[in-house]
Amino acid sequence: MRVLIDMNRCESYGQCVYAAGAVFAFRGRESLEYDRVPPGHTWADVRRAASACPVGAIRLGEAPEDGVCR
Amino acid sequence: VPVSDRIVIVGASLAGLSAAETLRAEGYPGELVLVGDEPHEPYDRPPLSKAVLAGRTRGAPWLPRTRELGARWLLGRAATGLDLGRRRVRVGDESIGYTGLLVTTGASARGWPAARGGGLAGVHTLRSLDDARALCDALDRGPGRVLVVGAGFTGGEVASSLRERGHEVTVVDRGPGPLAGALGRTLGGFMSERHRAAGVDLRVRTTVETLEGDGRVSAAVLSDGSRVDVGLVVVALGAVRPTGWLRAAGLAADERGLCCDATCRALARDGTPAPGVFTAGDVARSPDPDAPDRWRSLEHWGNAVEQAAVAARNLLRAPADRQPYRPASAFWSDQFGLSIKSVGRTEGTDAELVVQGSPEQARFVVVHGRAGRTVGAVAVDEPRALAGWKYLISGDIPFPPPFTAPGAPRAAA
Repeated sequence: MRVLIDMNRCESYGQCVYAAGAVFAFRGRESLEYDRVPPGHTWADVRRAASACPVGAIRLGEAPEDGVCR
Repeated sequence: VPVSDRIVIVGASLAGLSAAETLRAEGYPGELVLVGDEPHEPYDRPPLSKAVLAGRTRGAPWLPRTRELGARWLLGRAATGLDLGRRRVRVGDESIGYTGLLVTTGASARGWPAARGGGLAGVHTLRSLDDARALCDALDRGPGRVLVVGAGFTGGEVASSLRERGHEVTVVDRGPGPLAGALGRTLGGFMSERHRAAGVDLRVRTTVETLEGDGRVSAAVLSDGSRVDVGLVVVALGAVRPTGWLRAAGLAADERGLCCDATCRALARDGTPAPGVFTAGDVARSPDPDAPDRWRSLEHWGNAVEQAAVAARNLLRAPADRQPYRPASAFWSDQFGLSIKSVGRTEGTDAELVVQGSPEQARFVVVHGRAGRTVGAVAVDEPRALAGWKYLISGDIPFPPPFTAPGAPRAAA
């Protein structure tokens, strides 16, 4: 799994931080930082974070198969 | 070899990937070739000056894929030639025919002139993943004081990350304050204080005359005559667009970008669209919808994604069905622990007003006026206020805006 947040859309509501605190975190009061290639054991939480985002800013996708760029 | 439906995308970064995914999402069934001059699959650049440089993340910020592209990838190889008449692009020793060509080659960091010390070891720029890794390696070796030349978005983020890593930092900028050029005087003054509070040695209204050293940089001479001992330099003076191969083919291109019309068709030097060639992202220089005789290239993340999608759809469509691209100007930056976001026009405006919060609280919104209209807004640690201002600005409201948040100061900045 790979994660990308559209920061033009993100309004730092922080729902992702509650849903998947190992992957999404605030630095300072409003700056969001996140792990773009989260480990497998967090994927269920990351999916919950994406659906909890009130502005739909979190995009999930995959790595290209077999390490080639496909 | 005759070509039936082969689209070549030159530039395999954010815009190139967005274009490729859009082509497949639109049902394009033909061949797809992606050419990238970096040896890496597409990645996201904004973290390079933040989490990557600060050492908070070890992995690379690879971009997620939403579909199988079924593309042929030519990475670590630059396009070097183009024949518009025969519709062929040269990549190394290979000549590839195309029915459609998308140019999404982006921009490169403007380097430091060789005559003033640009060739010295220890002089870096930061644009690519390899740049970031080289800079991190150099920082790990304990270089002593680091000089950051330029306090725009990249320069400010670099300075912030370097302070976080514990390096001594001098920032030199020719303007009145960090970010003042892009976001105005209010931000410039506010960010000057933030740089200094974080321990940055900030020199505004100053330029670097020359970098000195015996093979490796050891000092910088500034325009005020002072001399700073530095062991590493990060040049953050904006971007240029390498377009020599496009210009040689007869396209309207120079270091400011590749000219295109509102539907993202690349233009030849005589102003006519080049058949089958479209462009998007940082390299594309488009007419300003508000002033069609003015051309501009937008170096925005959102622009790379959205313009590439429009260009890809237009490439597939019959001329009558093509949609014009309407750029939505939006920036963001994270530095010195702050979220800084903007919408609309904030550069070259003639008035500013804090309409919510205050710089003293380090939480505020400042709006920009031009010729009596409110045209842009910047939010510092107020990301939820910006959607409203974006909507208001699109409605063409006067400046000063006829209302402010309760308790907000109304003094013009």
